[in-house]
Amino acid sequence: MLIFLNHLINGISLGSVYAIIALGYTMVYGIAKMLNFAHGDVIMVGAYICFFSVSSFQLPPAVGVLLAVIACTALGIVIERLAYKPLRQATSLAVLITAIGVSYFLQNGAQLLWTSNIKMFPSFFSSEPIALFGGELKITIAAIVTVLACVVIMLGLTWFTGQTKMGKAMRACSEDKGAAQLMGINVNATISMTFAIGSALAAIAGVLFCSVYPTLTPTTGSMPGIKAFTAAVFGGIGSIPGALLGGVLLGIIEIFAGAYISTQMSNAIVFAVLIVVLLVRPTGLLGKQIREKV
Amino acid sequence: MKKFLALVLALVMTLALAACGGGDGQKDGSGAAIKIGGVGPLTGGAAIYGNAAKGGAEIAAEEINALGGLQIDLRYEDDAHDPEKSVNAYNSLKDWGMQVFLGSVTSGPGAATAAESNGDHMFYLTPSASSTDVIGGVANPLTGSVDIPRRDNVFQMCFVDPDQGAYSAQYISDNSLGSKIAVIYKNDDIYSTGIYNSFAAKAAELGLNIVSTTTFTTDSQTDFSVQISDAKNNGADLVYLPTYYEANALILTQANASGYTPKYFGVDGMDGILSVTGFDTSLAEGVMLLTPFSADAEDQRTKSFVSKYVEKYGDTPNQFAADAYDCVYAIYEALKDEDVSSATSASDMCDLLMGKFTSGSFTFTGLTGENMTWDASGAVSKYPKGMYIQNGAYVGMD
Repeated sequence: MLIFLNHLINGISLGSVYAIIALGYTMVYGIAKMLNFAHGDVIMVGAYICFFSVSSFQLPPAVGVLLAVIACTALGIVIERLAYKPLRQATSLAVLITAIGVSYFLQNGAQLLWTSNIKMFPSFFSSEPIALFGGELKITIAAIVTVLACVVIMLGLTWFTGQTKMGKAMRACSEDKGAAQLMGINVNATISMTFAIGSALAAIAGVLFCSVYPTLTPTTGSMPGIKAFTAAVFGGIGSIPGALLGGVLLGIIEIFAGAYISTQMSNAIVFAVLIVVLLVRPTGLLGKQIREKV
Repeated sequence: MKKFLALVLALVMTLALAACGGGDGQKDGSGAAIKIGGVGPLTGGAAIYGNAAKGGAEIAAEEINALGGLQIDLRYEDDAHDPEKSVNAYNSLKDWGMQVFLGSVTSGPGAATAAESNGDHMFYLTPSASSTDVIGGVANPLTGSVDIPRRDNVFQMCFVDPDQGAYSAQYISDNSLGSKIAVIYKNDDIYSTGIYNSFAAKAAELGLNIVSTTTFTTDSQTDFSVQISDAKNNGADLVYLPTYYEANALILTQANASGYTPKYFGVDGMDGILSVTGFDTSLAEGVMLLTPFSADAEDQRTKSFVSKYVEKYGDTPNQFAADAYDCVYAIYEALKDEDVSSATSASDMCDLLMGKFTSGSFTFTGLTGENMTWDASGAVSKYPKGMYIQNGAYVGMD
């Protein structure tokens, strides 16, 4: 039983990291209707900025996180302006390929700037885990902070898109860009804003991800990025609570498959579950069923 | 008219290029620098290995060129740890006029370029592609069959993976290091699986008690909680890690966070863990590993190499750098008294070097071993040295 609980905790901890990245994916997809494959690499940039501000400039961790958020927000806006905005009228395939290009650009840029040598991310939280059941069960502080941050961000985003004026503009753009423009919404500014928020989330995700899994290299963001994208699809891409649910479920399935079936098969099982879910519910667990009007 | 003009222009350009080529050839002829090429991951996830090898080889070439006598023209191409790109990089080095090939740095691409170079009869001495798939002709310890025939032009400077696996098992058994052993290896990597296979075969022979065997892949190289809890729940007191230090650094950190502190035994891929920026070296205290090279060694040659490397690249050299340095020197020693020049064909060069390396009388002493010899199998007679980590430094086990 304790072993089961232990695996469950590990699963939730891994899943909430996926979820926090998936929130950024789903946010951008839901509003701009594009898959920002460079999202994972923005995470890496955020983690590097935090790493250097804390370890090289001896700034307190909170300032490091803030700097990472500011830098990533700026980076997100710049990427959107230079790479995606000129393609606003292009096919979605062209935008997708551009996003992959941006992803490679960021990875190789990071390698030029910071070399490919791995860096161990400093631990911001007490390394002493919380022990339950007489030390049989251990939960790290970083994992708890990640889960909490994930829930807070999810609630914050739900409130933002549901209640604020900007959020309403975003939803309008998501439903029909043309009609939104006719209603006086500045579509370009709204999409830029979406990227800014998505990238700020990426910075936070980067810091949390590296606090839990502390090796940092220029390719750190790519695999979690893909897993998080899977999580977003699993939960229903475009749906904010769906990203959280999808991420956490993906983490739990991955850990349980590894623990109870085989570590060799765990990724195969994760994706098999994804295929089954998509066969039964093509829009994902919490995705909206949209009827095409003919 | 336009077509005619284009044709004339093209003709002029071809002539101009041909003229350039001729000029270069003459210059090289007088300089007599032999062209040595190498391929390695200079970008991408494995870039640390390729850049280290390139750095080590460059230092060796500079030293040799400063001696006068035989001159070396060294060029490295990037393969991003991708077999296909490695073959492309090898081909572009051939276009450049490469006469001796330093091989690929990593094993997967190494197996691809080895096959290619065998067809070309190009001498191939790899610093660090340690899989038996590179030299070929070695039976798989689990199945007993020879999957890849011996490629007679290919030689290794590093020890082959099966030696490391068997040696580890022998060492663990001889010194009774663990009563219950867990193994975590990377099953999408021929380096790691090669060592694991020979370790598992030898461990069964010696009657070692392996209680947990788990794997991971490049894609799942972040979360090790399943592997760690499996080892922990099965009561393993020694964890064997035939993997590279990037993963090992994470495994050690995560195991420590979950309150699991077994003994660790790594292979040459563990080397480098102490130089990871920000890594808490106290976690690696007591970790045992096999390595052919230690940057802390006190001999004059190692000290001079380390200080040059630090000065030039701002980083402590790892075994990849040392192996590549040795490769260039081994080629130099084999060729220095021979009548070779930039005009010698790659095929003649290959015959000459193969003859030397398999003659039995050619011995080489470098940073990574003393009196090394090669035989027709392509493997080097170099045995893993056992080290352990004490107060953040390597100490010899024997």
